[in-house]
Amino acid sequence: MSQNGQPKLAVANASKFYDTGTGKVHALDDFSMEVQEGELACLLGPSGCGKSTLLWAMAGLHGLSAGEIRLDGRPVTRPNPQIAMVFQEANLLPWRNLIKNIELPFEIRGQRPDQARIDALLAEVGLAGFESKMPRELSGGMQQRASIVRALSVDPSLLLMDEPFGALDAFTRDEMNLLIQQIWMETKKTVVFITHNIAEAVFLADRVFVMSARPGRLARIFEIDLPRPRGLEVLMAPHFIELVGEIKGSIDHKPQVQAA
Amino acid sequence: MASVDRELRDKIPTFEKAGTQAAEVGNWSSAASTLSILKGGRDATLIAITAIIVFGGAELLLRLLEVPTYIAPTPSQVVWALIADFPHIGPHIGYTLIELVTGFAIGASIGFVLAAVITQFPLVEKIVAPYILLLVTTPMLALVPLLILKFGFGFTPRIIAVALASGPMVMINAATGFRRTDLAKIALARSFGASTLQIFLKIRIPMAMPMVIVGLMIGSIFGLLTAVGAEMVGGSFGLGNRLTYYSSLIQMPQFFACILVLAIIGISIYVFFFWVGKKWASWES
Repeated sequence: MSQNGQPKLAVANASKFYDTGTGKVHALDDFSMEVQEGELACLLGPSGCGKSTLLWAMAGLHGLSAGEIRLDGRPVTRPNPQIAMVFQEANLLPWRNLIKNIELPFEIRGQRPDQARIDALLAEVGLAGFESKMPRELSGGMQQRASIVRALSVDPSLLLMDEPFGALDAFTRDEMNLLIQQIWMETKKTVVFITHNIAEAVFLADRVFVMSARPGRLARIFEIDLPRPRGLEVLMAPHFIELVGEIKGSIDHKPQVQAA
Repeated sequence: MASVDRELRDKIPTFEKAGTQAAEVGNWSSAASTLSILKGGRDATLIAITAIIVFGGAELLLRLLEVPTYIAPTPSQVVWALIADFPHIGPHIGYTLIELVTGFAIGASIGFVLAAVITQFPLVEKIVAPYILLLVTTPMLALVPLLILKFGFGFTPRIIAVALASGPMVMINAATGFRRTDLAKIALARSFGASTLQIFLKIRIPMAMPMVIVGLMIGSIFGLLTAVGAEMVGGSFGLGNRLTYYSSLIQMPQFFACILVLAIIGISIYVFFFWVGKKWASWES
């Protein structure tokens, strides 16, 4: 909780329909959640459950059919300088080198790049010295590190991450999760992290918000009380495995009943 | 007012890279393989030796068979004619280049702007597309007699013909480039607060660049063809006019010297745009 007791991010009764050629798609149904200042919240759900729809709405990239999203008490209806987003598969611009990619937000805002901050972030994620490399010359993990630096370079107070490590191999994914935890513990930014990987959600999150299949509804909230910093050995801890099992059960339950 | 972008509203977030491959008229890897042959010393010597065999062989064959000059001049006669008659041919090179550059600049600018604007409005694009296709597929050379009737034998009809030939080529390729919409990249720029103009300048134009350059290359080659053709139809200057002039006098070495110049211009255009493509569009290959 922040000092005045107001959540950092509040989603209230959010619903979203898409008009497609074949009719209306109900992507999000009466979804509500609150994220506290400095919290690392994971949104977990099957593919196509409206996770990205919700995150894009949080970023002010598109509107809702009903309900509203508030950041620090103020409605989010358009992109906000306090919010930065990390996209799937890094989403670097292939015609710009690494440093030009990182400077893009400053360029758009007509500001001088915060060189000291960028250098410190690059060093932290291990990309110092790669500034002039083109994206295609970097591995998937390095590209995603660069995109994290790009998002953090503008010092947002809310970081939205849309399945950022979905395309990475398991080893790189573990590494990236450790990095996210480290950055988050240092900066204490509020993070909303989307994933469909249960172990990833449990490893990272303070709380896991489980979504149902489309239309996306909030199914359950799990508090993750594993102590921090969490190392990779936690993946083997009985309590971790117990939590993963419990969450898995809460997701798998419905389809099994339907199948029977 | 909520500045939610038109592209993003009511679209399901997707990360499919729609049409990132240039399956169209040209692509850089094929152009690259043609030119990268020139790299490496061993390959260069092989190419030089082949060239010597081809041109030397032609020279030898034409001399041994005693082929009359008015049927086929030897390569050395052609080169010699170009050097000796350069004071006569030189100005005509200039005239043709003026027509080509002016006509192409006009046609390409209009084609580029039209492509950029029209692709933003799918309905307008559908309405305009058949006419553009008509312009691309109809040889603009056919209009030259009419243009000469209207504008006389000066530069004007030729420049118009070049613009009409190159513009649609630039446009149709540039439009393919502008039609690529990578929603995630637009969303990225938008999430940092980019305006529609900024999205256009920083995302859409760079993304369209590879196809724009292909269009410029094809458009300029079409422009050259049309300029020479128009010069052959009427008027008293330009390389095309020299071709009809020298052939009517059966001065074959000079005739082939003009063709040699045209080949050099054509290859220079290709090399120039290849270099431009390497500089501005190499990220794609």
